[in-house]
Amino acid sequence: MRRRVARAFARHERLRLGLELSAPIAWLVVIYIGSLVALLVTAFYRLKTDPTGLITTIDSTLHLDNIRRLWDESVYRTTALRTLESAGIVTVVDAAVALPLAFYMAKVASRPARRALVVAVTMPLWAGYLVKGYAWRALLDPSGGALHEIFGHTPGFGFASTTIVLSYQWFPYMVIPLYAGLDRLPDSLLEASTDLGAKAGRTFRSVVLPQLRPAIVAGSIFTFSLTLGDFYMNRIVGGTNEFIGNVVYREFSVNLPFAAAYSLVPVAIMVVYLLVARATGALEEL
Amino acid sequence: MYLSRPARWCLRIWCALVLVVLYAPIVYVARLSVNTAKNFAWPPSGFTLTWWQRAYHEPGPRLALLHSAQTGLWAAGIALVLGTLAAFALTRHSFFGRTPISLAVVLPIALPGIVTAIALLSAFQRLGIDLSLETLVVAHATFCVVIVYNNVAARLRRLAPSLEEASADLGGDPFQTFRFVTFPMMRSALLAGGLLAFALSFDEIIVTTFTAAPSYKTLPLWFADNFSRPNAIPVVNVVATFVVLASTIPVYLAQRISDGAATFSAETRG
Repeated sequence: MRRRVARAFARHERLRLGLELSAPIAWLVVIYIGSLVALLVTAFYRLKTDPTGLITTIDSTLHLDNIRRLWDESVYRTTALRTLESAGIVTVVDAAVALPLAFYMAKVASRPARRALVVAVTMPLWAGYLVKGYAWRALLDPSGGALHEIFGHTPGFGFASTTIVLSYQWFPYMVIPLYAGLDRLPDSLLEASTDLGAKAGRTFRSVVLPQLRPAIVAGSIFTFSLTLGDFYMNRIVGGTNEFIGNVVYREFSVNLPFAAAYSLVPVAIMVVYLLVARATGALEEL
Repeated sequence: MYLSRPARWCLRIWCALVLVVLYAPIVYVARLSVNTAKNFAWPPSGFTLTWWQRAYHEPGPRLALLHSAQTGLWAAGIALVLGTLAAFALTRHSFFGRTPISLAVVLPIALPGIVTAIALLSAFQRLGIDLSLETLVVAHATFCVVIVYNNVAARLRRLAPSLEEASADLGGDPFQTFRFVTFPMMRSALLAGGLLAFALSFDEIIVTTFTAAPSYKTLPLWFADNFSRPNAIPVVNVVATFVVLASTIPVYLAQRISDGAATFSAETRG
């Protein structure tokens, strides 16, 4: 019996492919994509109140009410732009801070030091996102926090603090793809560049950066998407500022169709981002 | 690439600075876990093991740790199976619809957590499924699949198919080839992917907020509840410190076994 099955697999590649694909497809396409499509449709429903004004139900005929409200009420546009701005800053800051570190890890450090550094940058992922958030809250506190006591200055609670703390939280997600990308970059390419007379800066611009582009894009997918969907850090250090995530979280239990509609904003942004990223080969490096 | 001595020193100083910032909040929390005062006030003062004792005797943190470990193990286990299957299908065959399927695999980690969360929760509600351990595991496994997929796919792309062909030529059937040739070569990639999937699930809060049953507190949910209770904060600091210290064991072991490949990213030369 086993032999016959084995022979069938060896002969019929399609049979093997079908068996390998069926479970992941069932899970990701049916459960996940199915739920996403349902959410997309929900965005075009609306709330309906019965004549007594007491019972609210969801009217499942399709309307553009939510989209219109998103467009008309400027607060939602401001919130979306604020979130995008933060995601952009977080991504640039993380990439700029991570690049020299990843370069040192992959190309300069000795083997033991490199191993220790890989552990050192991944360990904070275990320390608890919320715990680190509250620790930052204490450090940033304008009334008696460490930053104020030691340096005499703190950005206080608001947009700047949320962006700083989010950059901190997602930093490992940027370092690791960059390190992996640099590690795969053969040393001989860098040596060749030096032999041809390029100084370190020129080698970095003309050899390292172009080769590293997929890795940078892969890291930026994490930092961008994680920022677009975050709402806890804003609650902890963001003061009265809101991000898309805060609005979606609040509206979810009150007005599901509207929450669904607003969540289409980050979905649209990320889908476009992914399509662009796919062209650079970054998806293989996530 | 030739770097001058000052350039090397600049890089070293930069690394040191980054590590200081990366660890400052964690060290601060660890310091507060033995602080005499109950709050986050600066500077920390005194030394006491009261909070460690109290955390040890409280049932809440222990149950939360157990719940997080349970969820993480299930999610990582499912992700290992699905991610490996998907990696084989997508790297070893070319077929119609390969591109959309490979996009579907990365989508759960590329879309913001809150979108995954409300999509799954409203699907559960519509189907009349009550929130439970199962719903939480389904949600976590969904975004863990891509982690395993990426680690295994990167390894498979590097493995020469000639080794497997040699095994077949020598009379090995597909099961034997998998067991004696393919599996041993991808073991460390599985380990790296599985560990990282577990770590992501262990600390996930946004999807968890929406898809966990109200009575089922994972560690991040327990943290969220207890930060609003001033009396509980020292115990929270203890538990957080404990998790960081305890996590050195799996991270170190993974590092030893996989020789540097414990990443959520395409693997390294190590």
